[in-house]
Formats: sequence, structure tokens, C-alpha cells
Amino acid sequence: MEKKVLMKGNEALAEAAMRSGCRHFFGYPITPQTELAAYMAKQMPKRGGTFLQAESEVAAINMVYGAAGAGARVMTSSSSPGISLKQEGISYIAGADLPCVIINIVRGGPGLGGIQPAQSDYFQATKGGGHGDYRLLVYAPSSVQEMADLVGVAFDKADTYRMPAMIMGDGMLGQMMEPVSFKEPIAPEDLPQKEWATCGTGMKRKKNIINSLYLTPDELEELNDARLKRYETILKDEVLFEEYQTEDAELIFVAYGTIARIVMSSVNTLREQGIKAGLIRPITLWPFPSEIINQRADSAKMFLTVEMSQGQMVEDVRLAVNGKKPVYFYGRNGGMVPEQEAIVEEAKKYLQK
Amino acid sequence: MIQKIIFAGFGGQGVLFAGKTLAYAGMDEELQISWLPSYGPEMRGGTANCSVILSDEPIGSPVITSPDILIAMNKPSLEKFENAVAPGGLIVLDSFLIDKKVERDDVDVIYIPAKQLAEENGNATLGNMIMLGASLKHKDMISLEAVCRSVEEHTPQSRAALAELNKKMITIGYQY
Repeated sequence: MEKKVLMKGNEALAEAAMRSGCRHFFGYPITPQTELAAYMAKQMPKRGGTFLQAESEVAAINMVYGAAGAGARVMTSSSSPGISLKQEGISYIAGADLPCVIINIVRGGPGLGGIQPAQSDYFQATKGGGHGDYRLLVYAPSSVQEMADLVGVAFDKADTYRMPAMIMGDGMLGQMMEPVSFKEPIAPEDLPQKEWATCGTGMKRKKNIINSLYLTPDELEELNDARLKRYETILKDEVLFEEYQTEDAELIFVAYGTIARIVMSSVNTLREQGIKAGLIRPITLWPFPSEIINQRADSAKMFLTVEMSQGQMVEDVRLAVNGKKPVYFYGRNGGMVPEQEAIVEEAKKYLQK
Repeated sequence: MIQKIIFAGFGGQGVLFAGKTLAYAGMDEELQISWLPSYGPEMRGGTANCSVILSDEPIGSPVITSPDILIAMNKPSLEKFENAVAPGGLIVLDSFLIDKKVERDDVDVIYIPAKQLAEENGNATLGNMIMLGASLKHKDMISLEAVCRSVEEHTPQSRAALAELNKKMITIGYQY
């Protein structure tokens, strides 16, 4: 690890991507994510890479499709309305079994919504924002350091499983500065070769084909089922989460991203008052950490999910708890951020029931 | 120890940079720090601001609802944040630009004509550094030496003269 520097979350994502061997970035500006593209615009040419501001989000994601097909580590980034525009392309990329990294610095919705932080794109990210049976690996960092760390993980896992990975931040994480240190950079030529990539046969091998159109139903089903097998491996092997004070907790919060940090402060406040609270923080939103939540449901009395939405992840928490204990919800939306004190009060309300 | 500071003023007065200067100093002192800018419509209403937290423990919310220190560089900012300051906290205001007194009596106040002092000392745009310097008088803030060291460390060699000027202004604010 190198010396710490002070950086915005958006900039840290860009720097970490280039250090992970990403030399292709296609994007379109939108608040609160624009610093990422701006950093790429400045740095990519210096490192022998391509930065291109496309004419639209739709164009950008299709450029990602092309670069990914040619075997390059490639990234695009946007914020909620822009990510909606990219969904067709994301479905194609998933259907063609290609790796890439997509950043969503979420803002309040629906529609153009606002520009303040939100978590209301959880459904879109984890339940298939585009058409067809497919999944994205979805990572939810809660600090600038973790944003930098997860970029490398997202590129590696996307390559391993040949699928798109998404990093979901929010406007606050994108805009805030915290100290961050980066790993040593990897040169693109030192990355493992992609045998399936369409980058020229050199007249030495059979040609590779990248495609998502299969008109014969049994062929399509076979391909989809093979993909499902990979998803099953991911559900088993790639779950990431953090636990805080859950061992003896009566009330367990479930929260991710920025909100998990605020909830952690709420847990401390509750503990100071003699109330046994704890936190499970999903780091991967898909695959979701269902198993640990289900296990903790044996000892905890209740769960309280806190989100910057009207309640999206809470559905996955309920599925994980599977009726063992009550699961409550508290959220603010539209760019409003739940306050630490309000979360404490909410917890007490349910504990006194 | 946890210190929550809001820097607020018009766009162009350097409130974001002043906050960043403090954040760097905190980082160099090996404290946990966060710096969060306003990026919404308030930027257009004359209350551009940033929230800086210095702490010796991991920082939960980077959002500050009740600052320990408010650095106000214009009247709308004072009006917006005056009542949010924690009792016993500190308000530093530029008395050259704000023709209003703080109404509360449960906070400390430093009235400092920062813009005027900056002008008299050779650069009218560095009122932000004077204000930062004045805030360092608060008992739980980082030392003047640490901030000056950090300014030197994080200013590119090519702009060493600027580092000297910033250090000078911070010191003037501190000694006022």
C-alpha cells in the first residue's frame, strides 16, 4: 500500500480502475458522478488509455460492450437516470457473457429526481434492471477506501465469471473526501489472457464469436442454464459482509453503504444506553448475505433495515429471516439522509413494543 | 475527540479549499477525517459549504447536523447555520462582510475582519485562510504548526510562494 492521499470517492474509483489495468472508459457526465469521468479524462491519455465522452449513455454502454468483447478491462459510470438508459446494453453484455465494471453513484429518483444521495436503485441493480434472466455482481462500499478496494475486486470477479459487475455508491460517497491508499498498479499486459476475446485470430486459431441472439430455444435455454450454474457458484463463494456487535444483539440493523456508517454510530449510542444493538452490513448486494442474516435470526429478537429509499433491500432481509423474527424498516428518500438520532429513536420504538 | 466544522460562504470565497486545508492537516496528524461539500441547489443561494470532521475514532455520518465550529464568510451562511451550532461551540465570522451580531449567548464568537486583513496583507482573496487561522484558537483544534506544516507538504513545489502566503494568512488569523 502506498502513502495515503485525500481524494473524493469518485476520483478514487477512477484511480483504482486504472491501477487495476483498466485502459478504456466511456461515459457521459451527470451529477453527482462527474468527477470520475473528469479524472479519467485527465489521466487516461497519460497512461496510454482511452477516455471517450460518448454522445449519450446508450452509446457509452455499447462502447463498453465492444471493448469488453475485445477482452479489455473497461468501465463506464453514471448516476441513476443515466444507469436506466444503459439497461438495454447491460442486458446484452450479460447475455454475451462479457466482463465489465459499471459504476452507479445513486441520486434521488424516480425520473430525473434530484441530485442528492439515495439508495433507491437497489431493485434495479439486484433484480435485473434490463430484460431477461441475468444477474450483476453488485458491490456496495461504505467509505472512500472501500470504494478503491472494491474496484479491483469487481474487475477480477467480472473476469472470473465473465459477467458485468456494478459498484453502487451514492452522491455522498462520490462527493466526500477521505484519506485513501492504493495498491500497486497492474499493467494491462500482465493480466490473464482472455481466450474467448475477439481481438483477431492472427490466422492461428478458430474465430471467436460474441453474440446474444439465439433463435433456437433449446440452445438459448442451455446457455442460460450454464450461466445459472455460474450464478450458483457465486451465491456460494462470493458473498461479502461485515458484522458489528451482533453476537449478543437483541436488535440487529441491516444497512449498506453510507447508511451503514451512520447506523454504526447509532449502534454505539444504543450500547452506551445499555441496549444490545448490532449491525450486519452487506458489502455484496448480490450475492446477498442471506445465510448470516438467517443464522442471526436465531439469537436476535428483531431486525431493523435502514435505507435511503422507501424500502427495497428490506425485502431481501425478510426473505433471509424467513419469518423467524419481525423485520422492520426505516428510511428517508428523495435525497434526505436518515440522522443518527432518528435511527436510535426508531430502534427504541420497536424495542418497547 | 471529535470536532465537527462547517465552512460556509459564497462560491469563490474559498470555503471548500479552507476545509480541504484543515482536512489535510488532520490526515497528516493521523486523525480520521472526512470532507463533504455541498453540491446541491444551496450552492446558488450563497451558502456553499463543506463539512469537515476530525476524529480519533472511525467517522460515522459525514453529515454534520450540529457543528462544534461554524466558519461563516457571508450573512446567508450565518443565518442558515447559527442555530445549528452546538451549545458551547464557536462561531468565527467575517465582521468586514457580515454587518450582524450573533444572537445566541451560549456560544463563543470571534468577530474578525478577514477580508480586510487579507487585503491589507497583500491578497484580498485569502480571507478564507485568515478565517481558518482564527478557528485554530478553539481549544480542541489542530495546532497552528501542524496546519502550516501540512500546507507546505501539500502545495506543489512550483507554487511554493503560494504556500508561504497561505501560511502567513493563517498565522495572522490565529494571532488576531
